[in-house]
Amino acid sequence: MKKSYKIEVDCANCANLMEQAAKKTPGVKDATVSFMALRMSVEFEEGAEPAAVMQDVLKACRKVEPDCEIEL
Amino acid sequence: MNAKQKRMLQRIILSAVLLVFVNLAPLPFWAKCIVYAAAYLAVGWDILRKAALGIRNRQVFDENFLMAVATLGAIALAIVDGSGDFNEAVAVMLFYQIGELFQSVAVGRSRKSIAALMDIRPDYANIEVDGKLEQVDPEEVAVGSVIVIQPGERIPLDGTVLEGSSSVNTAALTGESVPRDVKPGDAVISGCINMTGLLRVKTEKEFGESTVSKILELVENSSSHKSRSENFISRFARVYTPAVCCGALALALLPPLVRLLMGQSADFGTWAYRALTFLVISCPCALVISIPLSFFAGIGGASREGILIKGSNYLETLSQVKTVVFDKTGTITRGIFEVQGVHHSEGREDKVVEYAALAECASSHPISQSLRRHYGKEPDRSRVSDIEEISGHGVTAKVDGVSVAAGNDKLMRSLGVEYIPCGSAGTVIHVALDGSYAGHILISDVEKENIREALKALREAGVERTVMLTGDAESAAKQVAARVGIDEYHSELLPGDKVEKVETLLKELSGGKGKLAFVGDGINDAPVLSRADIGIAMGAMGSDAAIEAADVVLMDDDPAKIALAIRISRKCIGIVYQNIGFALVVKFACLLLGALGLAGMWAAIFADVGVMVLAVLNAMRALRTRH
Repeated sequence: MKKSYKIEVDCANCANLMEQAAKKTPGVKDATVSFMALRMSVEFEEGAEPAAVMQDVLKACRKVEPDCEIEL
Repeated sequence: MNAKQKRMLQRIILSAVLLVFVNLAPLPFWAKCIVYAAAYLAVGWDILRKAALGIRNRQVFDENFLMAVATLGAIALAIVDGSGDFNEAVAVMLFYQIGELFQSVAVGRSRKSIAALMDIRPDYANIEVDGKLEQVDPEEVAVGSVIVIQPGERIPLDGTVLEGSSSVNTAALTGESVPRDVKPGDAVISGCINMTGLLRVKTEKEFGESTVSKILELVENSSSHKSRSENFISRFARVYTPAVCCGALALALLPPLVRLLMGQSADFGTWAYRALTFLVISCPCALVISIPLSFFAGIGGASREGILIKGSNYLETLSQVKTVVFDKTGTITRGIFEVQGVHHSEGREDKVVEYAALAECASSHPISQSLRRHYGKEPDRSRVSDIEEISGHGVTAKVDGVSVAAGNDKLMRSLGVEYIPCGSAGTVIHVALDGSYAGHILISDVEKENIREALKALREAGVERTVMLTGDAESAAKQVAARVGIDEYHSELLPGDKVEKVETLLKELSGGKGKLAFVGDGINDAPVLSRADIGIAMGAMGSDAAIEAADVVLMDDDPAKIALAIRISRKCIGIVYQNIGFALVVKFACLLLGALGLAGMWAAIFADVGVMVLAVLNAMRALRTRH
């Protein structure tokens, strides 16, 4: 399953770091963050619960960029 | 500027004023220290906060952390060597923040200007309730409802015109500024603007399925397909920052140790300063920002021309295209059959066409339709009787008591009529009246007017080989190829053969001789579109299948747009390479000069911000490509 989320982030490198963090989160098969479009699209693993996984993704992203925001 | 950016600007101004003041005013040392601290904190407190959070989250290569270490280190050095000159630390923080602000404003601007280009989302739809117009959300309109579009309004949903005639402006979708006339029965596409008359339209799609939604979705998703340049730069940034930081550490420790071992004074201060300069240069943001910005601007600029590119990776591939393969129908030709001429009819052209059109009046085949169009009148069916369609041959009928046979060579042979074969390319309909030959009608697909120029433009854009694939007979294909000036052609292909042909061509190209683009009309050629390095669908307005299958979608069917798309992509990729090259050269030059002590922190921060500003300005050029 694939979903797209709006994000808030200020710098391009931070967006790349968020992408890395999201990719490493359990339950996420693949993730891309577009800094220009301010969008994160996440492909979830089979059977993963998107809402729960996204909470972890947000937590992981906050670690690399404290000011980031993901609209869930 | 948004509120956040305005606050940042105020902080920068405050800090700059304090910095000037402390340098001009004759203050005692302790007072100067306080003003310096105020200037530093005013502009850099959030960096310090994020640096602290970074330490807690073990993000030591975070750029806030690096800036904090560099500036605090500079302050410490100023205290240690007793100079009390904190200008450098404050200025570095100040310029760093100016750079960040500029970047944020520039990115915001370009987001906005590209969003404006794509401003095709309709806000409302008018439906008539008890004779009064009511505005509703387009998403709430069911399929089959009747909506009213007033002059000046945007068409909210795809549908067919029931009443009214008008011209519609399709510029937002196709880049084509000539308005299109619509009358009852015509299809209209969401996103276009109704210009002159009131239209009553029966909707045919839900909002989520309509053209405008599909396009917006496509553009929004385009940035998640990243190009190799983008991936390269983000991988580079992941290595670059830690490497430079290690370099800084080595620079701070090794030379002093070596000097100590050689019996000289360690000179820790100098080397620590050079190491701090390294930290300033290690920030990757200037490098990282301009690449996605260039691609975004390139894709945005292309969409204004009615060229939708589904991702940065496709933009990159498009720039390397050296071979363009055309599926003839709908790309080189218009896909519309027209009567080209009536031959050997000995002055009875109109009569021959009339009889043929009447005989074919019951058929819905495109050839019959073109005959009827050429005839120009609605065929009077009462004049026709005994219609017999002979599949693969043609048709026989009685018109006004005359027995008419209209069809191909086989039909003539089976009727035992002597016929004259046609030397021109196209479909030939022989006509026999009462068993004697009356001449033949030549029908062929019309070539697009500007196809010759379009092919020339392709060559000027750097395409080395153009190929035409067609199901037509050899002689017909040869004539078309010669007339439009295409390099090579392959004729008599079945749809399945086209995939094979493209695969052979791809094999010839393997070994790094550029990429292959396939151009089709999006009808029945999805397998070939996906097999080619890059699939381009033309005339996609209103065709979901084409939008779905292709990597690059041309909204109208103007073949000149192919060359334009390639030029846009080449320009965009050129800008990307310029930016990568320029940023890397400046960064490494700074590192070298910094290590040798020739460039201080001032130079480092100026280089960093300067590169970023220039790269961003350069990136914005991708938004515009001349025709």
